[in-house]
Amino acid sequence: MIEVKNISKSFDGQQVLNNISTTFEKGKTNLIIGQSGSGKTVLMKCCIGLLNIDEGEINFDGRLFSNLKGKSQKVVRKEMGVLFQGGALFDSYSVEENVMFPLNMFTSMTLEEKRARVNEVLLDVKLENVNRKYPSEISGGMIKRVAIARAIALNPKYLFCDEPNSGLDPKTAEVIDELISELTEKFQMTTVINTHDMNSVLQIGQKIAYIYKGQLWWEGDHQGILNTDNKELNDFVFSTELTRRLKFSK
Amino acid sequence: MISEVGKYLLVIFQAFKRPDKGRVFRKQLMIDFQALGVSSIGLVAFISLFTGGIIALQTAYNIDNPLVPLWLIGYTTKQMMILEFSPTIISLILVGKVGSSIASEIGTMRVTQQIDALEVMGINPANYLILPKITAAMLYNPILIVFSMAVGLFGGWFAVVVTGQVTSVDFIDGLQSFWDPFSITYALIKTLVFAFILASVAGYKGFTVQGGSVEVGKASTQAVVISSILIIVFDLILTQMLLT
Ligand SMILES: Nc1ncnc2c1ncn2[C@@H]1O[C@H](COP(=O)(O)OP(=O)(O)OP(=O)(O)O)[C@@H](O)[C@H]1O
Ligand SMILES: [Mg+2]
Repeated sequence: MIEVKNISKSFDGQQVLNNISTTFEKGKTNLIIGQSGSGKTVLMKCCIGLLNIDEGEINFDGRLFSNLKGKSQKVVRKEMGVLFQGGALFDSYSVEENVMFPLNMFTSMTLEEKRARVNEVLLDVKLENVNRKYPSEISGGMIKRVAIARAIALNPKYLFCDEPNSGLDPKTAEVIDELISELTEKFQMTTVINTHDMNSVLQIGQKIAYIYKGQLWWEGDHQGILNTDNKELNDFVFSTELTRRLKFSK
Repeated sequence: MISEVGKYLLVIFQAFKRPDKGRVFRKQLMIDFQALGVSSIGLVAFISLFTGGIIALQTAYNIDNPLVPLWLIGYTTKQMMILEFSPTIISLILVGKVGSSIASEIGTMRVTQQIDALEVMGINPANYLILPKITAAMLYNPILIVFSMAVGLFGGWFAVVVTGQVTSVDFIDGLQSFWDPFSITYALIKTLVFAFILASVAGYKGFTVQGGSVEVGKASTQAVVISSILIIVFDLILTQMLLT
């Protein structure tokens, strides 16, 4: 479980996160939703320690993590996997070398053991026979899967995904969502996902935090979100013609 | 300007921490050796060969006073290649080739969040990315420079002998006269300083890119401009310090 307590963050006087408190639960897919520019990515970067917060604190299973430096930060970092928006695969490395990278850096496994582990996680993300390919030679959906494989190679307790299905077609987006939710369940990870995709919200939103202008505006699950009478949330959720029709027909 | 220098020092300071895994560092170093050094041999050979020839011919054409001994052509070619052309001009050419590629490679990794990915894994990205490149440049550039001197002198010899300006014996006589081993030391000291400037400025510029591909291009251009200026300034400073 990850606890976010009263965190605030500004850039040059512009407040981006304003006193946000929430929890992300173990074994669940926790979604952060909100409009473009609402502060989702900044919140996630604060959680993974890429940005320092101005106020408040973030705890990982009771261990303070926010604004730590060096060694003490590393302990928790080794337990987290991150899927970046574009995948962020190392483009001079093959698929296998990418997935093997954390194993090389943080384990003393033999080459055979590492190969076996790579194949195991590639199978987890349902990829086969791509070990020798380079990131430029595979599709966007496959890049996301390899990135997920790399993120889970060290059996993380916490998985962070920034817009895992942006830039993918609806079908592939759904496959990736299902994959993440399946892995979360299987390995009992605390998974945090940034998204503005309503399909994801309805499919895998076990716990949802809605961020509006840097504040936590609403929390609930995918059932609650359809029945809410919160105006800003409604405007966000039913912002497209398709979703409005759905709501109408209900 | 001051804050830029401060940021540069901070990044380079980060880069000079002890690598987490020696084996990983050596592997990166080999990759960079290949990418930055070995791949430059052809260009350096080509430019040095022709420049050596041009220097020798120009010297020959300018000395048509019968009172000036012919060995002076070989001597002048040697001094120009070793003291200035190889260490400085080849370093500047390497800035254009190697510096811009370091800046754009690391810059692209920054804007595609590959550096963030390293950082959240608990790896020191400056150390992982920049230190092997600085090390590779400082090990390989001296080799390239000595190679450039040899090729340049050969080019000079070849040009004057083929055109019949001087005899082979006179030219080689000139190459051997007033031999001062310190000139090689001087050239190598300059080369090491220039290699450090080249790799660290380019690494820093790439590492601190913000934005997208346009900014990566700008950073790469800036890396070339800034390191070229620094190299010329340090050339003057080092020449003054070492040769007086
Ligand atoms: N490093 C930074 N420096 C200054 N301002 C920043 C920085 N990072 C983010 N911001 C600002 O913070 C605000 C929130 O940005 P953020 O990237 O979190 O939005 P988002 O909710 O992730 O949007 P999207 O859905 O488009 O990804 C924006 O106004 C952005 O300009
Ligand atoms: Mg975002």
